[in-house]
Parts: sequence; structure tokens; C-alpha cells
Amino acid sequence: MSRYIPNTHADVQKMLDKIGVSSIEDLFIDIPKEVFLDRDLDLPEPMWEMELQSHMEELSKKNETVKRNICFLGAGAYDHYIPSVVGHIVGRSEFYTSYTPYQPEVSQGTLQAMFEYQTMICQLTGMYAANASVYDGATALAEAAKMACSVKSKQEVLISRAVHPHSREVLRTYARCNGIDVVEFDYEDGRISIDDLEAKLSNDTAAVIIQTPNFFGILENLDGIGELVHGHDALFIVSVDPISLSLIKPPSEYGADIVVGEGQSLGNPLNFGGPYVGFFATTKKLTRRMPGRIVGETVDADGKRGYVLTLQTREQHIRREKATSNICSNQSLNALIAAVYMSVMGREGLKEVGNLCVQKAYYAYDRLLEIDGLKAVFDAPFFKEFVIDIGKPAHELNRALLDYDIIGGYDISRDYPELEGSWLVAVTEKRTKREIDMLAEKVGELL
Amino acid sequence: MKDRKLIFELSREGRRGYSLPKCDVPERDLGELLGEDILRKEDPRLPEVSELDVIRHYTNLSQLNYSVDTQFYPLGSCTMKYNPKINEDVAKLEGFTDVHPYQSEETVQGCLELLYNMETLLSEITGMSRISFQPAAGAHGELTGLMIIKAYHENRGEGHRHKIIVPDSAHGTNPASAMMVGYDVVEVQSDERGCVDIEALKDVVDEDVAGLMLTNPNTLGLFEENIIQISEIIHGVGGLLYYDGANLNAIMGMARPGDMGFDVMHLNIHKTFSTPHGGGGPGSGPVGVKEDLIPFLPVPMVEKKDNKYYFDYDRPLSIGKVKTFYGNFNVIVKAYAYILSMGAEGLKAVSQNAVLNANYLMTMLKEYYDLPYDRYCMHEFVLSAKKQKNFDVSAMDIAKGLIDYGFHPPTVYFPMIVKEALMIEPTETESKETLDIFARVMAKLSKIAEEAPHKLKDSPHRAPMRRLDETRAARYPILRWENEG
Repeated sequence: MSRYIPNTHADVQKMLDKIGVSSIEDLFIDIPKEVFLDRDLDLPEPMWEMELQSHMEELSKKNETVKRNICFLGAGAYDHYIPSVVGHIVGRSEFYTSYTPYQPEVSQGTLQAMFEYQTMICQLTGMYAANASVYDGATALAEAAKMACSVKSKQEVLISRAVHPHSREVLRTYARCNGIDVVEFDYEDGRISIDDLEAKLSNDTAAVIIQTPNFFGILENLDGIGELVHGHDALFIVSVDPISLSLIKPPSEYGADIVVGEGQSLGNPLNFGGPYVGFFATTKKLTRRMPGRIVGETVDADGKRGYVLTLQTREQHIRREKATSNICSNQSLNALIAAVYMSVMGREGLKEVGNLCVQKAYYAYDRLLEIDGLKAVFDAPFFKEFVIDIGKPAHELNRALLDYDIIGGYDISRDYPELEGSWLVAVTEKRTKREIDMLAEKVGELL
Repeated sequence: MKDRKLIFELSREGRRGYSLPKCDVPERDLGELLGEDILRKEDPRLPEVSELDVIRHYTNLSQLNYSVDTQFYPLGSCTMKYNPKINEDVAKLEGFTDVHPYQSEETVQGCLELLYNMETLLSEITGMSRISFQPAAGAHGELTGLMIIKAYHENRGEGHRHKIIVPDSAHGTNPASAMMVGYDVVEVQSDERGCVDIEALKDVVDEDVAGLMLTNPNTLGLFEENIIQISEIIHGVGGLLYYDGANLNAIMGMARPGDMGFDVMHLNIHKTFSTPHGGGGPGSGPVGVKEDLIPFLPVPMVEKKDNKYYFDYDRPLSIGKVKTFYGNFNVIVKAYAYILSMGAEGLKAVSQNAVLNANYLMTMLKEYYDLPYDRYCMHEFVLSAKKQKNFDVSAMDIAKGLIDYGFHPPTVYFPMIVKEALMIEPTETESKETLDIFARVMAKLSKIAEEAPHKLKDSPHRAPMRRLDETRAARYPILRWENEG
């Protein structure tokens, strides 16, 4: 029998005797004959451990990686440095082989870590309460829009065209089946068009959704937007890059009601797109309308401080179809990664990461603009990513750069046809001056 | 007794745990670059701790958890089986972890090949035609599957169908997911054998039915023996059948949802296919569909042409995207490794032994606890503590009592149709010895319930914490740490 199944033949016999049947098949009598599978599944022969390892290594080597190449690709997933400590903590199987902390007396590890994570998200965003995470940034945004429609009893949300295309797509998928209208408003010189927002904003609007830094990497100036949105009795939803919040004003200061975002940057590997972690924070007033797991502080029978899942009357296992969402889990381990990352980085470290991103991104931007034929597209401050006009299809340049072990930027014309020939370049703290110089040099040669 | 410290309470100004490169480009003033107005005036109060502080803090925290690697964890409906270590190893290969999702297709052929192969394997196991890996968890799979059902009906001009039928034994996510998609939920009761009441089903079925969601085996651990009839009734009025894959661990290699008449399903990769539950996630909830529903699957799908793999975005009838990128890829890597280790024979043995273990444990426990549906179970069974309730001992008290004996409690108070429910799923990876000890402890707890109920009402006594006051937590919510000093 498999090494994962301990029953020996003798065990099986004793167990069958105790149950009072003569074979295991007898236990499956409730499966009607018509649907009983009368053949073996057609699967490959089982591999032994070493064979499996070789097979997986072989498969993995068919991929290029950001370790073997120099990565300037971002667009929602970023090649930040992951401190060694992170892997050691999330590699503890007491964390990764446990489940949802339904029994708090034997789940304080997970619960306290989630409480710390929630606190850190509140610190970054300036909001009153955060949940223990959701699937990813895009689903966090969609859930926020749904929450706003429910809170305001309205069915229309406005979203900036400079929000990540995947987030807008996921929002549309969620909205379509709920009869929610998603209206996009335009950008102007890389930032939201206030004129277009004002034109489209009405008393039918349940929420306005803006991302900063936006998909172009640009920091939106959101002063006054909160008042504008609230003036139409709508909620203001802001999607943020958590790393940027070490330096940039928290959304609470410009009137956000819900703050969401993708937490991958906080210590989570790129993993070809997942698992990532969506964070979700809101105001005191809206806390009980928030979807997802929430951990709260309490005391035990001895008066000792401890943590439990709380405000569960919002959740599906109690409220069933009346729940705030169908979510019944979180991205616990990825949120733990984020908490450990933020602990290691700490107050100063996260600021340093942010500063290095800005400095290196600006250096790269200036270096690239020195090249003949490359042009600025927008004139607005950015954080760790910028758009640049290279005058030819970005995927062609990227293909050529790969010969020099460089993973180039994102071909932004995929999502914005009006930005044909433009390239979205990400520069994290990991990129060195030498690597940036090399990028500029190769781009200069190739164009 | 002193409270355990939070990481913030270990913080000392000036202490640091990070290592970052010096800025090697000319450094400029942030205010000048970004504008003073946009900058933060006050730092986020993240902890200032050393690397050892972090390691010791979280290592100590980890030891407060019960987990599969340290305890028997018979949490019903969650399939807390052993998480093989080789799967963790291969998922950590640089060629999987350090791949950016937007890299060009020619640079991610390994990832695409893996997804393509995995789709073939899971299609064979489930009897479905195509599978999307985008949903991040079981509930997310439900949501996606129901969106597909809705899109299918709308495309046929039958958008008027607004009802989803859900049995009263269903997971709470089923009705919640149906609501999220804008459906009306119609509950159908169970019969005295614990299965969908066919007559009651006939009563609620009409031309407005979009579909029925069914877990099979159901949450009582019982196989819906009338599945063929159920399928005929639903299909008879033009509805579709949705399979909640939460309990697939019971039937691999024995029966396939596709052959039972199901049109759409999700899989709980983190249950059936051994990937770790991570303290509540990440999971993975791929959605499989039959031929007619393929056009509605999320974008993109992985295809193969001339020995190259690629993403197909050209799917005009698709419901769209339900998640950024392509799903919880790294979780899929582990499950793929698991299936390759097990093969057809191994997966069948998984289900057979999961069912054997459950029936063996049920046979031992029904001497002490009420068994509301006394018939062979599949991979799990539901007891009731109603006998113990006579002594004022609840299912929760039994659960807390188990903690003192080093067992993670079963699922309690679910399914809701059983009073004082204790839902037990031993899984195939537990040995007869473990089940024997667990049964002895459960017998002992039943005895204590009769003789000294207060001992159980006070339990646990030997856990990291005594019983926690959940009412207080909900009434006076404290959802983050605040510096009182």
C-alpha cells in the first residue's frame, strides 16, 4: 500500500470484522451500479519519490525565472526581496498543516498572527479594521464594490480606467450576475480625469474606485476626492500598493471608506500568479458589513488575553444565503507571510524598501529617456513603475532582451490600445545600478 | 498569569531585523520627486524588532497550534489528511516560485505544461470535459460554477431561471454562493435516510429552476443513492446539476461526478489532493464542466498546438475572469505531484481506506454516541451528543474535552439538521492505532459526561488557553492592537 496509507492487510481485515462486512467494496453499496466505475482510472503509473522529483525538476526547468534573469516586469506582481526568515516561519508545519482556527484554544498561533496582520494592515492604510485577508487584490476590490452596493442600496459603481485591468475584469464578472452596473471613467495624463469622474458621478453611484499607484505606476492625487464622492452619498474605495504606504499618505487621510489591495509584494513569491493575498480594511462604521474572516481579542476563563474568530454572524456558516459574502476561508498562510515580512522589515525597513524603489525607478526612467527615440508618456510622479514610449511593439523588444537574460516590462498596449508602443517598466529594490545600466544599454542597442 | 506578547509589544525604537542594499543610484529628495503633499507625515507603527525576535516570536506562536503534523485532526468535511513533504519540496523549485505571471508564453512552457497535464488528470478523475484552475478556494469555485450556470441559461434565452435548489444538509457556502450570483435559494429537506427527499424535490422543481447544488457523498457522509433520479428530475425541467467537490475523497476511482449526471463541479484541491490547509488558506477550487458548458469557463484556458502550450483568451462566451492571473498555481503544483505519486491504484486506495477508516471508527463510537443515520457511511459520519446533552454536556464540551487528550476536535454543530452534531472524518492517512485510541478517549468522555459533567464544561485544562469568551469578542470588538502606553 502507499506510504501515505498506513493500514496493513491485517489491519484491514480486523477493521472489516469489527464493522461486520467481508470486503471494502461492501461499504460502497449505496453507489448505484449505473454510476459505479467498472474500470481503473486512466492515469500514469505512480512515480516513486526520486522519479517524481526528477520529473518536477525537468518541468520547472522549462520555465525562465526572475532568478536566472533580470526582471523589470511588474504590472500587479512584483519581484521584491523576500528575507530568509519568511520561508523559515511559513515552513513550520504547525502553521501550514493546521486549518481555520475554529477551536481557538488550540489555534492561538494562527489567530494571534492574523490579529497582528490585521493591525499592520490598519497601520499601513490608516483604517479602523481589516479582515484576515481574502483571495487576492482583484477579488478584494470586487467584494468591496459589492459591499458598497449593499451598504448604499444602489447598483452602480464607477471605476477608474487606470485600475489594474484584471481587477476591472473580475469586478465586471462579479457585477454582471448581481445586476451591478460598472461604469469606467477615463484618465488624463496618467491620472484620473476629475472632469470625467464629475460628469459620471451621480446620486445613483454606490462607489467610486481608484487605484494608487495606478496601473501606470503613477501616484494619484486624491485630495478632495473623498468629499466629492461622499457628496453623492457614495463610498470611496481605494486600491493601494502596501509597500508604497510606507512613504505615501494613507487613504484614511483623504476620506477612503474601504481600502483594498494586492499583498503579494509583502514577502510572497511570484508563483506564476498565485497564491497571493488580498487585504481589505474599512472604517469603524462599516466594520460589520465587511466580508471575510476577522480575528478579535478576548479573554479566556482565566482572564488571559487571547484571540478568536469574531463577528461571525456576517458569515455563511451561520447566515447562509444572508451572509455578507460566500467567503469561508482566507489566504491565511499568505497573510502570515505578509505579517512576518512586515515584522522583519519593520518601521524603518519598509520605508527603505519604498525609498529604494522610488530612487531606482527614477534612475531607470531617466536613463531610458536618454536613449534616442524613447519618450515620456505621462508627466506625473510614480512609485516603482512607469510607462515609456519605445516606439515599437513592446513584445518585440522583450523578446530581444531575453537573449541578454532580461525580462522586460509589460506590453501595456494589450490593455490600452491608445498606448501602442508603450512599455510599463517596474524597478524594485532588488535591481542594481549595474542591471539598470545594462537595461538602458541593451535597449539603446536594440531600438 | 502574564499575557503572551504581541510582536508590537516586543518593539524597541532603533532595533532592526532587515538587511537591504545601500542605494547605489544617485539619491534624490522624495519631496521633490513625488511632491511633499503626497508624503506620509507619520510612519506606520510597524514593529522594530531583531531577526531573532521575529523567529522566536512566530516559532513560539506556531507551537500553540494543533496541526496535522502534530495531532490527529478529524475535522469533518475538511479532509485533514497528511500533506506529503515531497510535494512541498517540488513546489519550492525556483522554476515554479520565481516565475512572473506576465512572462511571455515561450518562457513559461513548464507551468503551462503542468496546468495542461493537470487538467487531463483531473478530467479523468472526475469525468468532466474541461477544467479551469482560476478559482482560489472551494467557495470561489462554487461562485464560478454558478456564474457558468447562469451564463449558460442566459445564452439559451432562459435567463428567467432564478432558483437554485440546495439541500438542508448543504454547506453554508452553497446558499451564500447562490445569493452572490443573484439566485433565489430554495431549500429541500432530507428524508429519514439522510438523503434528498425525492418527493420534496419534485414539489419544488419547476421551469424556473436554474440548477441544484449537491455534495455527494453529502455532509452526513452518506452517498445520495437516488442520484440518477435526482439528475433526471433536474434535467427534466432544463436545470443543471452542480457537484460540490468537498467530499470527493470518498469516491476516487469508485465513481465519477461526470458519470452521475453532474454538469458543473468544483474540486477542493486542499482536501482531496493533499495540499496543506495553511491555517485557512491558500486553497484551490478548480471548476470542471461538461462539453456544453465549456464556452463559459473563465479566461484564459491553456491549450496546446504544435507541441507548444499557450493561453487562449479568445472565448467570447466566457464569464470573464474571477481572479487575477491563473489561479493558485503553486497549490496546483503540489496536487499534481500528489496525483503522480499515487496513480490510479493509489487514489482508489485513498478513497477505500478513507471509507474503511470512517466506518471502523463509526462502528466503535456508535456504542457511546447517538448515530442519527445508522447505515454505512462514506469517508465521514455525523454523531449526535444528544445522550450526553441529558447530562448538560454539549457537542462543544465533548470537543473541548478532546483537546485535553491531544486530539483536534471534530466539526461541531454541522450539518445543522443534526442536533449537537459531531462530524468526524478520520481520512485514509490515519492508522488503526490512532483510531483505536481516539475511540477509547471518546468513550471515556462519554463516561465523564455522565459522572462528572463539570469537568467537561470546564475543559480544556491542558491547552495553551482555557475556554475563550467569544461573546465578549463579538460584543466589544477589538480587532487590532493599540498602544496603550
